[in-house]
Amino acid sequence: MDIFEKYRGLIARHDRMLEAAGDPFNVCMERLISPTEAIIDGKRTILFGTNNYLGLTFDPHCIEQSAAAVREQGTGTTGSRIANGTYKSHRDLETEIAGYLGKRTALVFSTGYQANLGTLVGLAGPDDIILIDADSHASIYDGCKLTGATVIRFRHNNPADLDKRLARIENKEQVKLVVVEGIYSMFGDMAPIAEFVDVKKRHGAFLMVDEAHSFGVSGDHGRGVAEAEGVEADVDFVVGTFSKSLGAIGGYAASDHPDFDTLRFVSRPYMFTASPSPATAASVRAALECMRDRPELRTRLWENARRIHQGLEALGFETCSPASPIIALRMSDEVAALTAWRRLLDHGIYVNLAVPPGTPNGVCLLRCSVSAAHSNAQIDEILRRFGEVASEILTVADAG
Amino acid sequence: MTSSPENHRDALTGKVAELLERYNKTGIAVTADTDLSADLDIDSVSAMDLIMEIEDHFDIDIPVNMAADIRKVGDLVAVVEQQLGG
Ligand SMILES: Cc1ncc(COP(=O)(O)O)c(C=O)c1O
Repeated sequence: MDIFEKYRGLIARHDRMLEAAGDPFNVCMERLISPTEAIIDGKRTILFGTNNYLGLTFDPHCIEQSAAAVREQGTGTTGSRIANGTYKSHRDLETEIAGYLGKRTALVFSTGYQANLGTLVGLAGPDDIILIDADSHASIYDGCKLTGATVIRFRHNNPADLDKRLARIENKEQVKLVVVEGIYSMFGDMAPIAEFVDVKKRHGAFLMVDEAHSFGVSGDHGRGVAEAEGVEADVDFVVGTFSKSLGAIGGYAASDHPDFDTLRFVSRPYMFTASPSPATAASVRAALECMRDRPELRTRLWENARRIHQGLEALGFETCSPASPIIALRMSDEVAALTAWRRLLDHGIYVNLAVPPGTPNGVCLLRCSVSAAHSNAQIDEILRRFGEVASEILTVADAG
Repeated sequence: MTSSPENHRDALTGKVAELLERYNKTGIAVTADTDLSADLDIDSVSAMDLIMEIEDHFDIDIPVNMAADIRKVGDLVAVVEQQLGG
């Protein structure tokens, strides 16, 4: 039997997609013009699906710091954190993140994906129980698998369901770790973290929050949804990424637990991969400064988000959650979503196409994300172009 | 329960089959041997929903690790039975 035999069904579905719309999962940015514009298929395109929430990817300060680090420290570390890959810049970055979050210890990982893998596998083992939100990101599911722990899913954003499940295992002595996200990547909805904190305290469980999409976005200082809800001290472990608001690549985990540094010698996704490049560490530090010193970026982001959310709803699109920097538009099925995605790209708007199994409840979405760097003129253009294709897209949606 | 283990299992299979009806679009007869993916066309996303419904109905947890090994209705019933047993 051929080794790819198991994928025949998926390959066929992918081929149908290619035929209908080009490859939505293999778009090439031929040239970047700014955080919000690129050349795609030779055409100037507004980027409206990049998670570049604060628009810092071309920030002069971040670029300068990053370039200086390349010159001074080289292009890569050529080693892992436990060998030759710990530079002073990694230590400094960890100190700064811990300080920013007000946590005792912070660890830096090479990607946000690995931050989840590394934190989960560092915290939980085969004798433990992990309870995860049903709509958790792939990195949380994969990390759970690596731990060998018993993994129980609870209904999305539903503290009562978590409570019920924790009550069921009340008499088990095992360690219980609850995992939620701050803002969910597909719908842009926010977790009721204060309520989750109540539940986890009542049952003596630990709580880990992945603030991947909410770091830089939520809370007065951008520390995430836990900050916005005033419960940071009750979050035992916080994870995040550098690849969204901070415009770089990498991830972090932070905690007040006195033994958290243990992860440095037990967590394989931390130990057995090359450390972030010096350029990355430097641009992340610079971006953290921007985040701290320019709160107006966050204000602007939310203004943009509300305006676009309102505008798209006025055009007749069905959104999946209240206004947030992630705006998901529900399409009736895969063909409708694909057609809409393609029409928008033809009109010079790039959004993400999101289809099952990558989406909750098997829905098909146009996933848009807003940036503080979107200008008023660009927002007008985005809404105008969505308007142009709306009748066509929404007819397809209704027909389906 | 006073019934024999076989009866108990048959009753469970009947109940699980009932919960599966919503997914049974072609109206085939659901038995322990019915394959969730091949016969009922339940994909991985729907399977997760189904598991949650079953968890609610029987007031049990079916950990993701156990769910991964479920192929046929009989496997699902065996897991339910095991989890009900505590
Ligand atoms: C919730 C969540 N966690 C983790 C990640 C992984 O982050 P990264 O892209 O930095 O690996 C993502 C996004 O990709 C995410 O959406």
